[in-house]
Amino acid sequence: MPRPHLALLIALLTAFAISQFSDHFNPYYLDVLAGIGINVILAVSLNLVNGYTGQFSLGHAGFMSVGAYLSAAVTLFFAPRLFGSDGGTAVQQGVLFLAALLVGGLCAAVAGLVVGVPSLRLKGDYLALVTLGFGEIIRVTFQNVEKLGGALGLNAIPPYTTLFWVLAFAAVTIFIITCLVNSTYGRGFIATHDDEIAAEAVGLNTTRYKIVAFVVGAFFAGIAGGLYAHFKTTITPGGFDFTKSIEIVVMVILGGMGNTLGVILAAVLLTLLPEVLRPVAEYRMILYSFLLIVLMIARPQGLFAFKLPKARST
Amino acid sequence: MPAPLLQLAQVTIRFGGLTAVNGFDLAVCEDELVGLIGPNGAGKTTVFNLITGVYPPSEGTVTFGGGDLAGLRVDEIAACGITRTFQNIRLFGSLSVFDNVRVACNLHRATGPAHTLLRLGAFRADEAAIARRIEELLDLFNLRRFRDAPAKSLPYGEQRRLEIVRCLATKPKLLLLDEPAAGMNATEKVELVRLIQQVQKQFKLSILLVEHSMKVVMGVCQRITVLDYGMKIAEGDPAAIQRNPKVIEAYLGEDHQKSLAHH
Ligand SMILES: Nc1ncnc2c1ncn2[C@@H]1O[C@H](COP(=O)(O)OP(=O)(O)O)[C@@H](O)[C@H]1O
Ligand SMILES: [Mg+2]
Repeated sequence: MPRPHLALLIALLTAFAISQFSDHFNPYYLDVLAGIGINVILAVSLNLVNGYTGQFSLGHAGFMSVGAYLSAAVTLFFAPRLFGSDGGTAVQQGVLFLAALLVGGLCAAVAGLVVGVPSLRLKGDYLALVTLGFGEIIRVTFQNVEKLGGALGLNAIPPYTTLFWVLAFAAVTIFIITCLVNSTYGRGFIATHDDEIAAEAVGLNTTRYKIVAFVVGAFFAGIAGGLYAHFKTTITPGGFDFTKSIEIVVMVILGGMGNTLGVILAAVLLTLLPEVLRPVAEYRMILYSFLLIVLMIARPQGLFAFKLPKARST
Repeated sequence: MPAPLLQLAQVTIRFGGLTAVNGFDLAVCEDELVGLIGPNGAGKTTVFNLITGVYPPSEGTVTFGGGDLAGLRVDEIAACGITRTFQNIRLFGSLSVFDNVRVACNLHRATGPAHTLLRLGAFRADEAAIARRIEELLDLFNLRRFRDAPAKSLPYGEQRRLEIVRCLATKPKLLLLDEPAAGMNATEKVELVRLIQQVQKQFKLSILLVEHSMKVVMGVCQRITVLDYGMKIAEGDPAAIQRNPKVIEAYLGEDHQKSLAHH
């Protein structure tokens, strides 16, 4: 078995083993752990776009909301019709949930394609603005669709998300992004980031690379959204505003753009930080922001990048 | 004479009011090594940009292997078999020497993106074959010792040669070299001349060479085209070019005059 597959298998088995004991966990820790897993999925997938491929997207929360709403719509619609009042067996729920997550992920991927194709021609700040605007458009759209709860959002979503699902999908996300990038094909993402003109001159279709990165990134954001929806059981459009996008971008930057391990660590750290700061209550967000600023000034190459900063291109 | 591999016919490009290349004709035949020279700002790099599809010509046509290149993207033209180096070196700065060349192997990958996830035998065989090819190329240019070093950490002359290796990995039919000897010392230049000749024979390439160093140009080119203010002012074999009064005049005031006369 190839090494990445072995690692994935071990990760999945570990996730399964841990989740067997989740009943004994303090619910608060369970909550934090699930939050970490979901943020890892978001950050690692955004890292493909913003880190490896170098396209500054600020729309990740938008794609997350597409996944959250659509997967929730699927389970809310099908669960009562398929399982009646008894709620179905664990296996039935698992199958429905997996299908719902995939629907959510695929819809987010389609949204990624629709946004990506016209906007990936734009560079730097412009792309950031367009993706930011798109995220807001999605949010406002959900706010105004009465069938999806309008501004109140969706309630009573079945609580299908278990620790196993979160850890398993985090492992799958890391596996897929790592396998993709660590190949001759995948080096094209980094080449697109480093020098688009040179990449095209050696035959890479850089536009296609950007779109693939965007669509794959959006897919996993959608999955993360589905996990989030079935974990919180309540979602509102406001939960997916641009501050959420920025939170994920910060994880990618702090982790060291294009450094998957660093980004995972940053996602863990930045999910824990607000929790650790809970005792200082009202100063929490101020302190959080302050720490971020300090970290960015102290380690602009990323918290977990241990190579020397890149030489400037000539 | 066989039909030329590359042919530019009456190619013109204007940037606003500036006509950077004006009614330019050029032919490069198979296995031919043609020099393109001219003073700074004459339009040499722009000719490369026109051939590789960076700019569409305002007028005129570029054909390669008999086919019109109009409307093709840069990467599609590379896939046709035209690659180039850049006057101001463009390597993939965050990638290793090995990976810089690896990126250029994508045109001839046997397995697709989905294989990167499955990692079956076919994928591993493909990656192994690519790695072998890269290492052979690095050996040829004596760059193997830098295999895993970041490309940006290489000495200047080595970076220029790595760019040529990267081009060769695309298996081109036509190689465009934009001032490959710039910034090299005399020994490196001699070595470069030898390398260009070896590579041309070994890979059966046609080469179009832009170069300021007369030593290099006169040493390797079978035919030379001279560009000045976007127009062709002379064409012929190296000996004829050196005696051509128009060429000498174009270089007047530039220090190249000295090196021309010297030769
Ligand atoms: N994209 C561009 N926009 C405007 N002017 C350009 C552009 N590219 C080249 N030029 C101009 O065209 C002329 C030829 O430039 P170039 O081809 O780089 O010369 P060379 O390579 O012979 O030194 C110069 O005057 C340059 O300023
Ligand atoms: Mg030039």
